[in-house]
Amino acid sequence: MREIALHLLDIAENSVAAGSRNIRMGVVEDLQNDLLNVSVKDDGRGMDAETAKRVLDPFYTTRTTRKVGLGIPLLKLAAEQSEGGLTLETESGKGTRIEASFRHSHIDRMPLGDVGTTFLTLLISYPHIHWVFNYQMTTKDGSTKTFELDDEEIKSVLGDTPLTEPDVLKIIRGMIEEGIEALMPQIEY
Amino acid sequence: MPAIKSLEELKRVREEALAKKQMKATPGHIQVIVAMGTCGIAAGARDTMKSILNFIEAEKLSGVTVTQTGCMGMCEQEPIVQVIVGDSAKVTYGKVNPEVASQIMKQHVQLGMPLKDHVLPI
Repeated sequence: MREIALHLLDIAENSVAAGSRNIRMGVVEDLQNDLLNVSVKDDGRGMDAETAKRVLDPFYTTRTTRKVGLGIPLLKLAAEQSEGGLTLETESGKGTRIEASFRHSHIDRMPLGDVGTTFLTLLISYPHIHWVFNYQMTTKDGSTKTFELDDEEIKSVLGDTPLTEPDVLKIIRGMIEEGIEALMPQIEY
Repeated sequence: MPAIKSLEELKRVREEALAKKQMKATPGHIQVIVAMGTCGIAAGARDTMKSILNFIEAEKLSGVTVTQTGCMGMCEQEPIVQVIVGDSAKVTYGKVNPEVASQIMKQHVQLGMPLKDHVLPI
């Protein structure tokens, strides 16, 4: 896995598989405090305490197609390698929240990667899920900008017109790309 | 606010799509499925997906559903893409990088001729 954004995609797959109806994905870049935080929160079936412990084990998986799980332990490793960590909050029947933190400037921090494509991919692929994507950026001087995309409004406008209609796709991609672009700080030297 | 502008655009697109639907006889529905387990993602499935979405946008291809699925147990063949055209059988492709993905979209989805290469025998 080469990007944190790919990990986010991977963790979100777990949320989808857990039967979630609402999934919120967050990215926080805080350059003032030298932090990078990513999180996925769902209202899926959650895990009991025993399972929650076991998902950190790379050889634990619920899938039947192969014997290793890997997803969460890989993200945990990536976070710990850059002075961060992973927290997992879950309750059986209620949902799960996973958060990974990184030291933003750490030499071993994995690149954040293409967050926009991760958002777009999930939004298009799982139209029955209510997605909220939130990307927050705090610059070194402490000013904060936020981009949030809640797909409820988009879907209520579209009705039964599929998200994969070419023109729809174009508009949604534009919303995400422009929204994220507007967050990026001007070049600092 | 650009977001509002986008929503208005979406409304317009929806009306156009509805109008088109009434004119056209129902085409055979096409489903494209990208495997996105941990193995698929690590092998580049998101870029494969992006290539498929870009193709739809660029070629103005209507009536295609794009979804994801998890690991299929053939991690060594990832990224894996499946195509189902109407009632015909599912075709499974392996090692679908972004270039192969747009070939599949052109040959199989657009022209109805499954690609011989990259088909997995399942």
